[in-house]
Amino acid sequence: MALDTVLIAQSTPDNLQPFAELGLKPDEYARIKEILGRRPTSSELAMYSVMWSEHCSYKSSKVHLKQFGEKAPKSDALLVGIGENAGVVDVGQGYAVTFKIESHNHPSFIEPYQGAATGVGGIVRDILTMGARPIAVMDPLRFGPADAADTRRVLPGIVAGVGGYGNCLGLPNIGGEVVFDETYIGNPLVNALCVGVMKHSDIKLAKAAGAGNLVVLYGAKTGGDGIGGVSVLASETFGAGGSTKRPSVQVGDPFVEKVLIECSLEIFAEDLVVGIQDLGGAGLSCATSELASGGSGGMKVALDKVPLRDPSLSPEEILMSESQERMCAIVEPSKINRFLEICKKWDVTVTVIGEVTDGDRLEITWNGDVIVNVPPRTVAHEGPVYNRPLAQPAYIDQVNSQKVNVPMPSGAAEIKAAVLKLAGAPNLADKSWVTAQYDKYVQGNTIQAQPDDSGMVRLDETTHLGVAISTDANANWSYLNPYQGAKLALAEAARNIATAGARPLAVTNCLNFGSPEDPGVMWQFAESVRGLADGCLEMGLPVTGGNVSFYNQTGAVAILPTPVIGVLGVIQDVRKRTPMSYKTSGLELFLLGETKEDLAGSEWAFLHGQRVGQSPDADLAREMRLIELLLEGNAFFTAAHDLSQGGLSAGLTEMVLRHSVGATISLSNPAIDLLSETPGRVIVAVETNKVAQLQALATKYSIAISKLGTTGGDSLTINDSVISLEELRTAHTSTFPRLFG
Amino acid sequence: MAKIVVDVMLKPEILDPQGNAVASALPRLGFSFAKSVRQGKRFEIEIEGDPTAAQLAEVEKAAEVLLSNPVIENYVVRVEK
Amino acid sequence: MRVGVITFPGTLDDRDAARAVVAGGSEAVSLWHADADLKSVDAVILPGGFSYGDYLRCGAISRFAPVMQLVIEAAGKGMPVLGICNGFQVLCESHLLPGALTRNSDLHFLCRDQEIEIVNNSTPWTSSYKAGEKIVIPLKNGEGSFQCDDKTLAELEGEGRIIARYVGQNPNGSRNLIAGITNARGNVVGLMPHPEHAIDELTGPSAQGLGFFTSILNAMVK
Repeated sequence: MALDTVLIAQSTPDNLQPFAELGLKPDEYARIKEILGRRPTSSELAMYSVMWSEHCSYKSSKVHLKQFGEKAPKSDALLVGIGENAGVVDVGQGYAVTFKIESHNHPSFIEPYQGAATGVGGIVRDILTMGARPIAVMDPLRFGPADAADTRRVLPGIVAGVGGYGNCLGLPNIGGEVVFDETYIGNPLVNALCVGVMKHSDIKLAKAAGAGNLVVLYGAKTGGDGIGGVSVLASETFGAGGSTKRPSVQVGDPFVEKVLIECSLEIFAEDLVVGIQDLGGAGLSCATSELASGGSGGMKVALDKVPLRDPSLSPEEILMSESQERMCAIVEPSKINRFLEICKKWDVTVTVIGEVTDGDRLEITWNGDVIVNVPPRTVAHEGPVYNRPLAQPAYIDQVNSQKVNVPMPSGAAEIKAAVLKLAGAPNLADKSWVTAQYDKYVQGNTIQAQPDDSGMVRLDETTHLGVAISTDANANWSYLNPYQGAKLALAEAARNIATAGARPLAVTNCLNFGSPEDPGVMWQFAESVRGLADGCLEMGLPVTGGNVSFYNQTGAVAILPTPVIGVLGVIQDVRKRTPMSYKTSGLELFLLGETKEDLAGSEWAFLHGQRVGQSPDADLAREMRLIELLLEGNAFFTAAHDLSQGGLSAGLTEMVLRHSVGATISLSNPAIDLLSETPGRVIVAVETNKVAQLQALATKYSIAISKLGTTGGDSLTINDSVISLEELRTAHTSTFPRLFG
Repeated sequence: MAKIVVDVMLKPEILDPQGNAVASALPRLGFSFAKSVRQGKRFEIEIEGDPTAAQLAEVEKAAEVLLSNPVIENYVVRVEK
Repeated sequence: MRVGVITFPGTLDDRDAARAVVAGGSEAVSLWHADADLKSVDAVILPGGFSYGDYLRCGAISRFAPVMQLVIEAAGKGMPVLGICNGFQVLCESHLLPGALTRNSDLHFLCRDQEIEIVNNSTPWTSSYKAGEKIVIPLKNGEGSFQCDDKTLAELEGEGRIIARYVGQNPNGSRNLIAGITNARGNVVGLMPHPEHAIDELTGPSAQGLGFFTSILNAMVK
């Protein structure tokens, strides 16, 4: 194919171009012509098609996401907000922490190992790009039914990919989720979170400023990975008949990224970059247009200088390539030699591919011919913005008007059976099969990891300052009431942080939904965002950034709305954290928070095939009081464990098995007490001489409190049901090995 | 232009879990021909012209020192036109 | 006491090893793989990680690093050398230790708090432990299965050169539950699990790994 240049485009305005195959709608194509005053060259068409895809441009979500800015609570801690690669918050002592969660759903369905691996690689680079050393990862994962054949195909590969890439980078995995539901059978969700730390002065932004500064590409060479992956895969659903578009999936090399991290951190430490951007979705198209947009707009790039792994790639393919482990830096000429030296030390390929210019056009040449000449903001930031139609789906009224109808256990034997059933349910069972494939120790700063309520890492070995992170979602509640579901997930993540003694500080989110072209899905999305924004405002927690993944559906069936909320918090002294469980007998166990009959959306209802009813209403004022109680109680609590899916039954199971010390519990209404999933509840263990103090706290913060029982023994005894720890452990730990080998 | 191929296999007495995994997977997919499977590595080395005896000796040395771990692996060197 | 900690491209646990060296009472000295310079250290640690991404075989490329030339020479003269996990793999590839580490028998990466028995406490890295002492330290690797031929195994067993064994179920298929070995001279030790991640109960399963780093303080370079 002959090279399509700007000159040729100007002189052949009527050439037909395959904009539809590249994912552009006719009106979008027309708009490009309007912007340029001519037809685009094929390279420009490639750039616009990729950058204007849903995944890159957020065209369906932008109008809703701006609520995070509009309703942002005042927060002195926010150093970098939405819009950059990741948000940055001040955690004290001169430290800034950056964190973000992203999705890599569709690629993981196609190629589980590489999809998950490159998902981790991508989010880690986003954190690195902010100038931070990545210090931990988390992986909320969602799959189809646990015993489905396709789950057996994707789960092991995805877990191996998350572990394979994260372990090799030297990043401890400090938590995540594994959730099974038929809704995800054709659309597993792989969300990856990364957190990094730096000093305030180290923060880097993605802007190309200063005419004459050099544009430097470093990292892996460019090949044909994932060409068209972004616009084709993530912006269309899979056909219900099973036929899928199959562009090449990206293949990652974590060793190259590890070296890239060390090399970059040395470069940052010597203050050698003016701006920096990682190459993720849309590769060079994205990096060049975003960097140029971040500056005054002028940039010149010689695309033929890009080092290639595959010399047969055309310029369009180079621009669209999603080869992993590449970064683009803006470097002052006086600093380039030192930059090159550091790359040489680490054996990292580095090439000067262009420079920042005066003016406001991004110009890309191929062996001297101009093949791209565009205003970069139109590529990176001024893509189409849709105000998609939304309509409350019919199912909402239907399910909300029904009542959950499930058998409720009565009598000692049935209660015991219910506890054992929940203990072994795939959504609640012991996840060691998964988490043992992740290194949680590397870097030597992990304080909490799975199965604790939140991940916690120490930032400073002298002052013991640390951060805690939790990711949570409840797709059942979001399905029943998207507005409440988002608030409830936010409250849960914040509560998980506070349970350990850390104060919630900031929020990230990964919003996984079906097709935005479906008004019902769009309504779920809009309601979820509204709920999250309102919730964040009320709780005083700013959203620092996040990710939207649309088109998670097979044919006409969308996944349950699954907004995953990540909350980060700060703890002044990690040595004083409240552990999840206790190691001694004779402690008193209390339940904070009132238990109501909240079975709608519960695991018990799910196990009986029911997804109806009304979700609980989030009472964020009460949640905030509970958080304050937990933070104040940290001083004398022996242990504290948040309740979520599986209610009190799961909470007690997890607590007694953690250190193999049983408990004797008395419940007045055991079936409801054990199975209900009323939000805002925490089990607390205190020494007998601290009980009065605990009750005083409950009174101070107006939180209901009830005595559960005492710790000790080798069984979990609830009223007349005696469940030996051995039996409970067997039920809890045999599920995953049985399912996955 | 010639291609020298070095095939590296685990010694027979060394456990090969990857080979075993493949052998288990085959019948699950309906393939019943395999009694056993062992997995190894293949190195393809391009050289100009036909290899001399000296070059082949060098390749043998490289195979011994780098391409294989003689503690647990055997190797075979051959020339492909 | 100056203890060198080598960093290869892809090494991950070097800072953790250095932290443990300091916690054990010695000075930690950073050594770069490409520099043929041991900086007058008294002992050397090859830490864990994925040097060179485990390309070709774990440790196969690291073994040819310029710094390794000096390590091999120094080891030959009696300098204490400890290889942890990937470091153990490099020592085997360098033939400073016999045998080889291969893929875990169940093919999965495994991170667990592993009980091991210190079988031989006469090396400069294990002298702080009682013979037969059991400790719990993290095991985290994908290629931790120690293999060797029968002759080597008989030698190791017969000469008391196994320094640590896994207690309980074999986590990775290692012959004779071998978790760590030493060379004939007793100065070079390879250990698969990670003592540097068990120096503080705050961040590890125990503080029982610290013994490796206090032992070396008592060692003398011959």
